[in-house]
Amino acid sequence: MLSTPALVLAMMLFGLGLIGLLSRRNVLYMLLSLEIMLNAAALAFIAGGARWGQVDGEIMFLFILTLAAAEVSVALGIVLQLSYRFRTLDADAFCEMKG
Amino acid sequence: MEVLFYITAAVTFLATLRVITHVHAVHALLYLVVALIALSLIFYLLGAEFAAALEIIIYGGAIMVLFIFVVMLLGPLAVEQERTWLTPSAWIGPSILALVLLGEVGYLIAAGDHTALTVGEPRQKAVSIALFGPYIIGVELASMLLLPGLIGAYHLGRRLSKEAR
Repeated sequence: MLSTPALVLAMMLFGLGLIGLLSRRNVLYMLLSLEIMLNAAALAFIAGGARWGQVDGEIMFLFILTLAAAEVSVALGIVLQLSYRFRTLDADAFCEMKG
Repeated sequence: MEVLFYITAAVTFLATLRVITHVHAVHALLYLVVALIALSLIFYLLGAEFAAALEIIIYGGAIMVLFIFVVMLLGPLAVEQERTWLTPSAWIGPSILALVLLGEVGYLIAAGDHTALTVGEPRQKAVSIALFGPYIIGVELASMLLLPGLIGAYHLGRRLSKEAR
């Protein structure tokens, strides 16, 4: 069975995405790391579905895909706004929110 | 099948590692596209053909094109910059990783082992029945998520174009 190595790969990909999210300061790269982490979660669901022979894993993959599409469309709009207002993509520059 | 899985997993890991360590956004996106294609091959090997197709069409196609458009909107694309971007060091890495995947597909076709595609009832029917049966509330929630996403993206993009004028 391939599900155990697939779960290990999902864990490694999630770790890579988390490292990228924590270490990069460019907002665009942080978004890319989020995508990597979403993909790792989707891989874990697919591996679980393959292990138990159920369809729930693929259905959760469809939902993750929908979530990623909605998230990317809004987040890229925010990235464009930030780059036009602040002239930079440095995440540390966006610290003026009062709330 | 086991060997194919491990080669593809190595390709996915290396490409993802290059995504988070690269300094050029377009190069990182190229590596991410390769990683997504490799991941779709892993989905296929795990027996989820429809998920593999969706991974390439929606992730590798639509979402990555969105990212690339935004990267092009962000920076001024001078001709000299474009020329400096198109160096062999830019595309040689993703090309090698993609060639490994191409070799795997060629091996799959040459091996002639098509039983996974033809055996029994297609899984997709069971997935569809479950999606619009017990999971119908999830479909409704997904539609409620997509509509605010559409409105939010429209709102953010519209204010941007008004300010630029």
